[in-house]
Amino acid sequence: MRRYYRMLATALFLTMVAVISGCSSEQYIVLDPKGPIGESQKDLIIITTLLCAIIIVPVLILTAVIVWRYRDRPGRKAKYAPEWEHNTKLEVTWWSIPIVIIVILAGVTVYYTYKLEPSKPIASEKAPITIQVTSMDWKWLFKYPGENIATVNYVKFPEDTPIRFQLTSDTAMNSFWIPQLGGQLYSMSGMAMTLYLQADEQGTYYGSGANFNGMDFAQMTFDADAVSQEEYEAWVQEVKSSAPALTMNVYEELTEPGPSNVQLFSSFPEGLFEHIVTQYVEEGSSGAHAHHGQAAEH
Amino acid sequence: MWDKIKDFASEFFVTGDPLILGAQVSIGLTLIAIIFTLTYFKKWRWLWTEWLTSVDHKKIGIMYIIASILMLFRGGVDALLMRVQLAAPELEFLHADHYNAIFTTHGVIMILFMAMPLMFGLFNIVVPLQIGARDVAFPFLNSLSFWMFFFGAMLFNVSFIIGGSPDAGWLAYPPLSGLLGSPGVGQDFYIWGIQISGIGSLATGINFVVTILKMRAPGMKLMQMPMFTWSVLSSCVTIMFAFPILTVTLFLLFLDRYLGAHFFTLDGGGNPMMYINLIWMWGHPEVYIVILPAFGIFSEIVSTFSKKRLFGYKSMVFALMSISFFSFFTWAHHFFTMGSGANVNAFFAVTTMLIAIPTGVKVFNWLFTMYRGKLSFPTPMLWTIAFIPCFVVGGMTGVMLSVAPADFQFHNSYFLIAHFHQVLIGGVVFGYFAGLYYWWPKMFGFRLHEGLGKWAFWLWNIGFYVCFMPQYALGLMGMTRRFNEYNFDMGWQPLNVVSTVGAFLMGLAFIFQVWQIAHSIKFLKKETSGDAWDGRTLEWSIPSPAPLYNFARLPQVTSQDDWWEKKQRRARGEAELPEVAAADQAPLEPIHMPRNSGIPFIMSFSWFVAGFGFVWDWKWMIVVGLAGVIISMLARSFSYDTDYYIPVDEVKRTEAAARGAH
Ligand code: HEM
Ligand SMILES: [Cu+2]
Ligand SMILES: [Cu+2]
Repeated sequence: MRRYYRMLATALFLTMVAVISGCSSEQYIVLDPKGPIGESQKDLIIITTLLCAIIIVPVLILTAVIVWRYRDRPGRKAKYAPEWEHNTKLEVTWWSIPIVIIVILAGVTVYYTYKLEPSKPIASEKAPITIQVTSMDWKWLFKYPGENIATVNYVKFPEDTPIRFQLTSDTAMNSFWIPQLGGQLYSMSGMAMTLYLQADEQGTYYGSGANFNGMDFAQMTFDADAVSQEEYEAWVQEVKSSAPALTMNVYEELTEPGPSNVQLFSSFPEGLFEHIVTQYVEEGSSGAHAHHGQAAEH
Repeated sequence: MWDKIKDFASEFFVTGDPLILGAQVSIGLTLIAIIFTLTYFKKWRWLWTEWLTSVDHKKIGIMYIIASILMLFRGGVDALLMRVQLAAPELEFLHADHYNAIFTTHGVIMILFMAMPLMFGLFNIVVPLQIGARDVAFPFLNSLSFWMFFFGAMLFNVSFIIGGSPDAGWLAYPPLSGLLGSPGVGQDFYIWGIQISGIGSLATGINFVVTILKMRAPGMKLMQMPMFTWSVLSSCVTIMFAFPILTVTLFLLFLDRYLGAHFFTLDGGGNPMMYINLIWMWGHPEVYIVILPAFGIFSEIVSTFSKKRLFGYKSMVFALMSISFFSFFTWAHHFFTMGSGANVNAFFAVTTMLIAIPTGVKVFNWLFTMYRGKLSFPTPMLWTIAFIPCFVVGGMTGVMLSVAPADFQFHNSYFLIAHFHQVLIGGVVFGYFAGLYYWWPKMFGFRLHEGLGKWAFWLWNIGFYVCFMPQYALGLMGMTRRFNEYNFDMGWQPLNVVSTVGAFLMGLAFIFQVWQIAHSIKFLKKETSGDAWDGRTLEWSIPSPAPLYNFARLPQVTSQDDWWEKKQRRARGEAELPEVAAADQAPLEPIHMPRNSGIPFIMSFSWFVAGFGFVWDWKWMIVVGLAGVIISMLARSFSYDTDYYIPVDEVKRTEAAARGAH
């Protein structure tokens, strides 16, 4: 009997390993970054994993060894010391091991926290493109103030160019996330947050909303296309010439709760983003988000 | 008229969903069966006098445990439903509204109505026995706490069939949880269910702090307390500081919804971020509130089954206390991605990491308790040993999450889901299971079947890893939490299938545990010695189950692991220490006990009625409920006959019966 249980457990384990390794490495999109921010974050993930592993792996081995060696069985040779309960040297040692590791880790973290502060511009010869992002119930609205076009549930931008995403929300908050380009940032109503990202390679990247905002939240995924400069310009021209305009009426329709397909617009009302950000701010008040120092860009 | 009734019924009851209809029918049938059985066997009076009105901490503990296991079942069924939905892309099993309700109720129930009461159950049963007390400091309040929890939990649970479940996530961020985002009554059930039970939790926290500080047996110094008692103390101190925050936060949310206040809405000058800060100022300490007692349980078990003193007692105490302190300085790690700026993020990243230090020290101390020990492996010890690697890995992924800029990639993904389930299941649930198995003979006076227990143990553990390891990978594949469906191209399906299989293995493990209990009751193996595991602390020095008054004579404590030392002295044939001998031979005296009372039950039920009234905004019902609360309070303050003495003869008889058995 016993043997069968073991075989069953082994078989299960092997299937699991097979399934996990069967997924090609490209599917681990967080670990397959295509831009400088995602790249640094991947490095950081690897550094911190290794740092943690330095302490975890020996502990796991030690656990196994101790449990095996000190099990109670007839004729065992290992020592038994029932009163042994304190040893200053040992205790100082394992207060200091975690302290040392955490100090190093904290150093790394603080360094990267400043380096990867999302509102920090990406160094580049090219001027950044601004894209204004609004999370709505339950769709993403993108506006290109430089080009005066707008899209829903789809973004396109040129490769090798820093993109300055300005994020806000029409109602409940969400989180704007394109894993292969870099980490997410919340979009919140009443304020405009800045997130710099850049794609180093052409490609179609998966984007999603990462913070639950109600009913059709799962429909808030979108494609982010990074293309060549020429292709981007051609696309903008095409949208301008063939798509309908985003009027205030159409915008009101968009604010109705419900998911949406991809939509393209050849223009949008001036100051629409500022309108969304400040729609709740009463005249004369300093805005709702005094606590987010650098983010109050309205 | 008829149409009106029909209209009302369709708003009042949740209709139109076969799953819920099934649940309604089965709940109805179960209720009828219970009522029938109680009436048929004439057990109503017994139920009322022995249980519902009991102020005995051991019975209250047992009721907590029964309630929490029922809630584990409910939360577990929710989990399995979600896992089924996620097993295939674009599956049409649970639609978005239903899925959102289920993950919300799953989270709330598992943390507040499963983990918390299981923890309180163990506190109640073990702490007075471990410190040599006859009861908790405030027995009446203790009963009130239980019934507040119970009726709060019931109020939350009925939302599922009456009115509709809340669906804004387990922490209910506004504006989604506000009137505009959640116009239905589900969110009101959430507020009142948690509020009522939360007041009970706060009272329990205070009760146990006082019990531990004031009611220890003569001679027991603070630094001689068993480690579980220390962990309860640290957890209860944390409760005293954290739960008032929850109460205030939910009350403000209630004002927003009920009176149109604007604490958390942008229009009108409020701020939803305020809510998020407040709720996590409670929420992060809350996760330490539930894990600290598990640390205590492991400490007890490791030293008992290594036949060795706990290594590094003082370090352990210091670690427990510093964890409860630091837990209040980490809340912002739940929203690193809110753009609070590098200074804030760096600060909270570092304070979060700091907690890893005392936690790591505890792991070393457990290991070195086993080192040079004599290890045996009955089920409580198995759970403890399985916990160590599980918690170490879960802790490591927690540290990875605390690295703020890396968290930008982990936040709200399945990586996070895998992490917190690993510490909550691997740490909290496994810890409380270990405690249940360990103290079971003490609670009920019989042993549990070890073979079935081992089956349950292996299935839980294998199921756990099969279920949650793939989720770390899914997080790195970009899968976001709270998605009810995903696109086929993402390639998430294989891992999701594996994960679902693991969840069902855990479901099977739960069935084995139920079977184990039923089997053990049927083939009752009486535990007559009172000291089932050759234990070290005071609870093992009295018969199992403990008599109503626990200790016929209060023990005189002289050392840490007092009972063990005493047994050692006896084994060596030494004479007992004079002060101990004097206490042991002192003449029996009548024992002062609190009387049972129906008031806690009635008062909590009145709260339930008032809460239900608030949910539906039925003024008459609010008035009736609150009147019940006030009348109960008055009744209590005018009842003078609240205690009695157990005469010496009866103590003698009880002792003779319990001790004479072997
Ligand atoms: C027994 C096996 C369990 C399984 C299979 C399971 C599964 C799940 C699933 C599928 C989700 C939803 C993930 C999402 O899409 O957001 C979830 C969320 C959650 N679970 Fe569990 N769970 C289990 C046990 C537990 C336990 C024991 C606890 C706590 C003690 C717990 C606490 C939570 C919490 C707090 C959430 C978040 C709810 C929210 O997003 O609002 N779970 N779980
Ligand atoms: Cu904000
Ligand atoms: Cu936290």
